[in-house]
Amino acid sequence: MIELILYYIGLALCYIGALFFILGGIGLLRMPDVYNRMQASTKTTTLGLMSIILGVGLMQPYWIIKAIVIIIFIALTAPVGASAMARAAYKSGIPLWEGTVHNDCDAPSCRKEVKGE
Amino acid sequence: MTYELDFYLMLGVIILLAVGTFLALYRLLRGPSAADRMVALDAITNVTAGMLMIIAFISGRFIYVDVTLVFAILSFVGVIVVARYLEGGL
Repeated sequence: MIELILYYIGLALCYIGALFFILGGIGLLRMPDVYNRMQASTKTTTLGLMSIILGVGLMQPYWIIKAIVIIIFIALTAPVGASAMARAAYKSGIPLWEGTVHNDCDAPSCRKEVKGE
Repeated sequence: MTYELDFYLMLGVIILLAVGTFLALYRLLRGPSAADRMVALDAITNVTAGMLMIIAFISGRFIYVDVTLVFAILSFVGVIVVARYLEGGL
Protein backbone atom coordinates (compact mmCIF):
# COMPACT_ATOMS: atom_id res chain seq x y z
CA MET A 1 0.00 0.00 0.00
CA ILE A 2 2.70 2.47 0.98
CA GLU A 3 4.64 1.52 -2.16
CA LEU A 4 1.66 2.35 -4.35
CA ILE A 5 1.24 5.75 -2.65
CA LEU A 6 4.95 6.46 -3.14
CA TYR A 7 4.60 5.38 -6.78
CA TYR A 8 1.83 7.87 -7.49
CA ILE A 9 3.65 10.67 -5.65
CA GLY A 10 6.76 9.96 -7.73
CA LEU A 11 4.77 9.92 -10.96
CA ALA A 12 3.20 13.28 -10.09
CA LEU A 13 6.67 14.66 -9.33
CA CYS A 14 7.90 13.47 -12.75
CA TYR A 15 5.05 15.27 -14.50
CA ILE A 16 5.64 18.43 -12.45
CA GLY A 17 9.32 18.35 -13.42
CA ALA A 18 8.49 17.93 -17.10
CA LEU A 19 6.07 20.87 -16.95
CA PHE A 20 8.79 22.99 -15.35
CA PHE A 21 11.10 22.07 -18.22
CA ILE A 22 8.46 23.24 -20.70
CA LEU A 23 8.08 26.51 -18.76
CA GLY A 24 11.84 27.00 -18.93
CA GLY A 25 11.77 26.39 -22.67
CA ILE A 26 8.99 28.92 -23.18
CA GLY A 27 10.90 31.47 -21.11
CA LEU A 28 14.01 30.76 -23.18
CA LEU A 29 12.00 31.33 -26.34
CA ARG A 30 10.05 34.46 -25.39
CA MET A 31 12.23 36.58 -23.11
CA PRO A 32 13.84 39.65 -24.74
CA ASP A 33 17.36 39.57 -23.31
CA VAL A 34 20.19 37.20 -22.46
CA TYR A 35 19.89 37.93 -18.76
CA ASN A 36 16.12 37.50 -18.73
CA ARG A 37 16.47 34.23 -20.61
CA MET A 38 19.05 33.07 -18.10
CA GLN A 39 16.74 34.04 -15.25
CA ALA A 40 13.88 32.12 -16.83
CA SER A 41 15.73 28.98 -17.83
CA THR A 42 18.28 28.14 -15.15
CA LYS A 43 15.99 28.12 -12.14
CA THR A 44 13.15 26.23 -13.78
CA THR A 45 15.41 23.56 -15.26
CA THR A 46 17.16 23.11 -11.92
CA LEU A 47 13.86 22.64 -10.10
CA GLY A 48 12.54 20.35 -12.82
CA LEU A 49 15.63 18.14 -12.75
CA MET A 50 15.53 17.88 -8.95
CA SER A 51 11.83 17.04 -9.09
CA ILE A 52 12.28 14.31 -11.71
CA ILE A 53 15.18 12.70 -9.86
CA LEU A 54 13.27 12.75 -6.57
CA GLY A 55 10.24 11.28 -8.34
CA VAL A 56 12.23 8.39 -9.80
CA GLY A 57 13.83 7.85 -6.41
CA LEU A 58 10.38 7.59 -4.84
CA MET A 59 9.15 5.20 -7.52
CA GLN A 60 12.15 2.90 -7.04
CA PRO A 61 12.82 3.02 -3.29
CA TYR A 62 16.20 1.28 -3.53
CA TRP A 63 17.57 4.16 -5.60
CA ILE A 64 16.69 6.95 -3.17
CA ILE A 65 20.16 7.35 -1.63
CA LYS A 66 21.97 7.99 -4.90
CA ALA A 67 19.07 10.16 -6.08
CA ILE A 68 19.52 12.35 -3.00
CA VAL A 69 23.26 12.51 -3.71
CA ILE A 70 22.55 13.75 -7.26
CA ILE A 71 20.03 16.29 -5.94
CA ILE A 72 22.56 17.69 -3.46
CA PHE A 73 25.19 17.90 -6.22
CA ILE A 74 22.82 19.77 -8.53
CA ALA A 75 21.76 22.14 -5.77
CA LEU A 76 25.43 22.96 -5.16
CA THR A 77 26.58 23.36 -8.76
CA ALA A 78 23.66 24.87 -10.70
CA PRO A 79 23.85 28.37 -9.08
CA VAL A 80 27.62 28.39 -9.69
CA GLY A 81 27.07 27.64 -13.37
CA ALA A 82 24.36 30.29 -13.69
CA SER A 83 26.55 32.89 -12.00
CA ALA A 84 29.47 32.07 -14.29
CA MET A 85 27.21 32.36 -17.35
CA ALA A 86 25.85 35.76 -16.26
CA ARG A 87 29.35 37.03 -15.53
CA ALA A 88 30.60 35.81 -18.92
CA ALA A 89 27.66 37.43 -20.74
CA TYR A 90 28.25 40.76 -18.96
CA LYS A 91 32.01 40.75 -19.47
CA SER A 92 31.73 39.88 -23.14
CA GLY A 93 29.86 43.15 -23.64
CA ILE A 94 26.31 42.09 -24.42
CA PRO A 95 24.05 45.12 -23.86
CA LEU A 96 21.10 45.03 -21.51
CA TRP A 97 17.51 45.24 -22.71
CA GLU A 98 16.29 48.83 -23.18
CA GLY A 99 13.51 48.30 -20.65
CA THR A 100 15.93 47.54 -17.83
CA VAL A 101 15.34 49.79 -14.83
CA HIS A 102 18.32 48.97 -12.61
CA ASN A 103 21.85 47.71 -13.10
CA ASP A 104 23.89 46.88 -10.04
CA CYS A 105 27.05 46.29 -12.08
CA ASP A 106 27.11 49.94 -13.18
CA ALA A 107 28.34 51.15 -9.78
CA PRO A 108 32.00 52.30 -9.76
CA SER A 109 33.26 49.60 -7.38
CA CYS A 110 31.56 46.80 -9.25
CA ARG A 111 32.65 48.26 -12.60
CA LYS A 112 36.22 48.17 -11.40
CA GLU A 113 35.84 44.52 -10.46
CA VAL A 114 33.94 43.34 -13.49
CA LYS A 115 35.42 45.32 -16.36
CA GLY A 116 38.86 45.92 -14.92
CA GLU A 117 38.80 49.69 -15.42
CA MET B 1 -0.73 -1.61 -12.21
CA THR B 2 0.09 -3.36 -15.44
CA TYR B 3 3.33 -2.91 -17.25
CA GLU B 4 1.69 -1.32 -20.31
CA LEU B 5 0.10 1.55 -18.39
CA ASP B 6 3.39 2.06 -16.58
CA PHE B 7 5.22 2.35 -19.89
CA TYR B 8 2.73 4.79 -21.44
CA LEU B 9 2.71 7.08 -18.39
CA MET B 10 6.49 7.34 -18.52
CA LEU B 11 6.31 7.87 -22.28
CA GLY B 12 4.11 10.91 -21.59
CA VAL B 13 6.85 12.35 -19.40
CA ILE B 14 9.40 11.77 -22.18
CA ILE B 15 7.16 13.53 -24.72
CA LEU B 16 6.84 16.56 -22.45
CA LEU B 17 10.63 16.61 -22.03
CA ALA B 18 11.04 16.44 -25.82
CA VAL B 19 8.80 19.51 -26.22
CA GLY B 20 11.01 21.40 -23.76
CA THR B 21 14.10 20.26 -25.64
CA PHE B 22 12.77 21.55 -28.96
CA LEU B 23 11.87 24.92 -27.41
CA ALA B 24 15.46 25.24 -26.18
CA LEU B 25 16.85 23.93 -29.47
CA TYR B 26 15.25 26.83 -31.36
CA ARG B 27 17.15 29.25 -29.14
CA LEU B 28 20.32 27.20 -29.60
CA LEU B 29 20.08 27.45 -33.40
CA ARG B 30 18.78 31.03 -33.73
CA GLY B 31 20.48 32.70 -30.77
CA PRO B 32 21.78 36.18 -31.64
CA SER B 33 24.93 35.84 -29.55
CA ALA B 34 27.13 33.11 -28.15
CA ALA B 35 25.81 33.63 -24.61
CA ASP B 36 22.29 32.75 -25.79
CA ARG B 37 23.58 29.51 -27.19
CA MET B 38 25.42 28.80 -23.95
CA VAL B 39 22.23 29.29 -21.90
CA ALA B 40 20.23 27.10 -24.27
CA LEU B 41 22.89 24.39 -24.14
CA ASP B 42 22.77 24.42 -20.34
CA ALA B 43 18.98 23.96 -20.46
CA ILE B 44 19.34 21.09 -22.96
CA THR B 45 21.89 19.28 -20.80
CA ASN B 46 19.56 19.54 -17.82
CA VAL B 47 16.69 18.08 -19.88
CA THR B 48 18.97 15.27 -21.04
CA ALA B 49 19.90 14.40 -17.45
CA GLY B 50 16.21 14.17 -16.54
CA MET B 51 15.56 12.01 -19.58
CA LEU B 52 18.41 9.67 -18.56
CA MET B 53 16.72 9.27 -15.18
CA ILE B 54 13.40 8.39 -16.86
CA ILE B 55 15.22 5.87 -19.09
CA ALA B 56 16.79 4.36 -15.97
CA PHE B 57 13.33 3.84 -14.50
CA ILE B 58 11.85 2.40 -17.69
CA SER B 59 14.67 -0.07 -18.29
CA GLY B 60 14.98 -0.84 -14.58
CA ARG B 61 18.77 -0.65 -14.48
CA PHE B 62 20.61 1.07 -11.68
CA ILE B 63 23.69 1.81 -13.78
CA TYR B 64 21.92 4.65 -15.62
CA VAL B 65 21.68 6.56 -12.34
CA ASP B 66 25.47 6.58 -12.24
CA VAL B 67 25.43 7.75 -15.84
CA THR B 68 23.15 10.61 -14.79
CA LEU B 69 25.56 11.63 -12.02
CA VAL B 70 28.55 11.66 -14.39
CA PHE B 71 26.54 13.56 -17.02
CA ALA B 72 25.60 16.22 -14.44
CA ILE B 73 29.26 16.63 -13.45
CA LEU B 74 30.43 16.88 -17.08
CA SER B 75 27.70 19.38 -18.03
CA PHE B 76 28.72 21.59 -15.09
CA VAL B 77 32.37 21.45 -16.16
CA GLY B 78 31.39 22.23 -19.76
CA VAL B 79 29.36 25.28 -18.74
CA ILE B 80 32.23 26.58 -16.61
CA VAL B 81 34.72 26.10 -19.45
CA VAL B 82 32.52 27.85 -22.04
CA ALA B 83 31.86 30.72 -19.62
CA ARG B 84 35.56 31.20 -18.91
CA TYR B 85 36.25 31.17 -22.65
CA LEU B 86 33.59 33.82 -23.35
CA GLU B 87 34.89 36.19 -20.71
CA GLY B 88 38.37 35.86 -22.13
CA GLY B 89 40.16 34.20 -19.25
CA LEU B 90 40.94 30.84 -20.75
